[in-house]
Amino acid sequence: MPEPTQATPAPAPEIVAAPAVAAPEKPRYFLRFTLGQRYLHGVLFTSFLVLAATGLMMRFSGSIWAIRFAKLVDGFGTILFFHKFCALVLTLAFIIHVREIVARGLFKREKGIFWGPTSMVANWKDVKDLFGHMRWFLGLGPKPKFERYAYWEKFDYWAVFWGMVVIGFSGYAMWFAPFFARFLPGWALNAALVIHSEEGLLAILFIFSIHFVNTHLRPDSFPMDMVIFTGRESEEEFKTRRPDEYKRMVAEGKSATRITDAPQPWLINFSRAVGFTAILIGLTLLVLTLSAYIAE
Amino acid sequence: MKTLSSFGLTLFASALLFVATARPLHADTDCLSCHGDTTMQDANGKSVGVDANKFHGSIHGGLKCNDCHKDIHDYPHPDHPAAVQCETCHADEASAIAGSIHAKASTSVPGATGWKAHACTGCHGNAHEIVTKTDPNSTVYPLNIPKTCGGCHGDPAMAKKFHLPNVYALYIDSIHGFALGKEGLLVAANCTSCHGSHKILSHTDPQSSTYRTNIPGTCGSCHVGINEQYQKGVHGKAVAAGSTSAPVCTDCHTTHGIVEPTSAEFRMQSTPICGSCHRDKFSTYRDTFHSQLGLLGGYTETARCWDCHKAHEVLPTSDPNSPVNKANLIATCGRCHAGANASFVQYQPHANARNRRLNPALYYIRLFMNLLLASVLTFFMLHTVLWLVRSRLQQVKSKSSGEKNA
Repeated sequence: MPEPTQATPAPAPEIVAAPAVAAPEKPRYFLRFTLGQRYLHGVLFTSFLVLAATGLMMRFSGSIWAIRFAKLVDGFGTILFFHKFCALVLTLAFIIHVREIVARGLFKREKGIFWGPTSMVANWKDVKDLFGHMRWFLGLGPKPKFERYAYWEKFDYWAVFWGMVVIGFSGYAMWFAPFFARFLPGWALNAALVIHSEEGLLAILFIFSIHFVNTHLRPDSFPMDMVIFTGRESEEEFKTRRPDEYKRMVAEGKSATRITDAPQPWLINFSRAVGFTAILIGLTLLVLTLSAYIAE
Repeated sequence: MKTLSSFGLTLFASALLFVATARPLHADTDCLSCHGDTTMQDANGKSVGVDANKFHGSIHGGLKCNDCHKDIHDYPHPDHPAAVQCETCHADEASAIAGSIHAKASTSVPGATGWKAHACTGCHGNAHEIVTKTDPNSTVYPLNIPKTCGGCHGDPAMAKKFHLPNVYALYIDSIHGFALGKEGLLVAANCTSCHGSHKILSHTDPQSSTYRTNIPGTCGSCHVGINEQYQKGVHGKAVAAGSTSAPVCTDCHTTHGIVEPTSAEFRMQSTPICGSCHRDKFSTYRDTFHSQLGLLGGYTETARCWDCHKAHEVLPTSDPNSPVNKANLIATCGRCHAGANASFVQYQPHANARNRRLNPALYYIRLFMNLLLASVLTFFMLHTVLWLVRSRLQQVKSKSSGEKNA
């Protein structure tokens, strides 16, 4: 069911005082993330927060806050239990995700999973966007028109992907050391701790500073980009943020399949509560990490 | 029969003769008629009463009063009889105590000069009631000794006044104090087991049983087996060779507050003690999971120094008897890590990723990870800051011009 381009409503003026065009049309909403993807992100960041908090306590086991908190939860046993538990949860989420990619890409032969505008795989446009974006930062050119996933979002995705593989493998190697020692040399167990803690530190610092700011705290989305929680974004947000995807959607006549209802107030409130809690915990951990890192 | 009675007569006559020259004062008949009143006091209000029953039950009960109170021959006696000299009989003890820290303190510590008058009774109690040290009522019966010494050494005011360490409280809560005080074990170490009794010397005196190099022998007088192991180890050998820096028992176990070595408290407190000498090993140990687990509490059974190196018989890695000798590693690591194999034990519990010479592979892995971390963060930090500035400028511009941000 193709939709005429001109049917899209003119963006509603933000300023109340501005002369309103008689009864502005209700904004339309489009689905960006499916419920499954939102759940996956939820599981991902919840387990990551716990892994980060417990991991940091082990990494900086000499710091006062780590020792105090450990005492509060009755010692290391509890901390290690939650670290391992969340590791399993995250591993499961990772497997579910990979399984879905494989099923959709290899078995159902779904187009666009491994290549093309909707793929997470980087392409030439991402390189151009990166340089174009930087030119725009410096006022040397127009803002690039992004597709479904912008280059920094793809970087986030692959950073987490690679991070999970690296941290996961090194973590399991330590967890089941005698087993892994059957096919790994002994020094690999030494390396596992170095890699695990350094990569974990990178993930923590990256997510709690770069990802938070890029996705949530920068002026365009401040204080939080709700789309990962509600799954929906208004047509105007869609058009401004990812003009190329919008254009393609309209050109392919797929608007109707992605159109959805406005997020329910409870969903917005719930998302805010969850999102802000996560951001608050993350920022607290960031401060603790930096202070412990500097103190070391 | 006749000869016997004549012998009796002679004896009586000679006894009479003796009485005529130096009349012995029989406690019951002579002195106790006055001093038997236990409430009796002299002009200064000092008790001069003697409990007849206790005196007769005491180890000195068979003596005459003026065996000790030598200047009293008759009644009335002088108002201020001379002080009793215990050393008349107890010469060995008296000479021992004369060289002890207690005697020294009486002359060198201001305010402690009055101590000498109580040199014997201070510990042995009322002179008329002293019983043998094997009697449970004795102040120097093993179970009573801590309380006796604690009379001074457990008194915070006294400790403060004479700058004494307040060791009584530490001892009472220690494993020795528990065994002695709570379980009534006569063999448990009391104060005198380590310090001696009459000739107590400062721990700085090379003659003292508590002088550094004498400590293994002192503790070893009870802990014979442990001392044998210790003497075989590098620490024991170093001490025997005259080292004053090698650890002796008390360096790890402390002195008075010795706790059960298998307790979580001791497991936690002792690793930093080893680390106070073995600094490089301690810092690399702290980088590992073994340390992290323990530090955060609740998991004290993770490997502490002596779990791998042994506590008393510490041997060099090159020694085939050392548990950390290559040949023994599988057994040593396997005590905790079931399934430890030859590859597993190549793990280095003291690896130093910061040392390129010792651990090159680890060093370069860490370097790579650090470079990755630094470059990713630097690039994105810059990227984000520029983005923030640009977005904000754009926002302000569009607001002022009334247009939407594009």
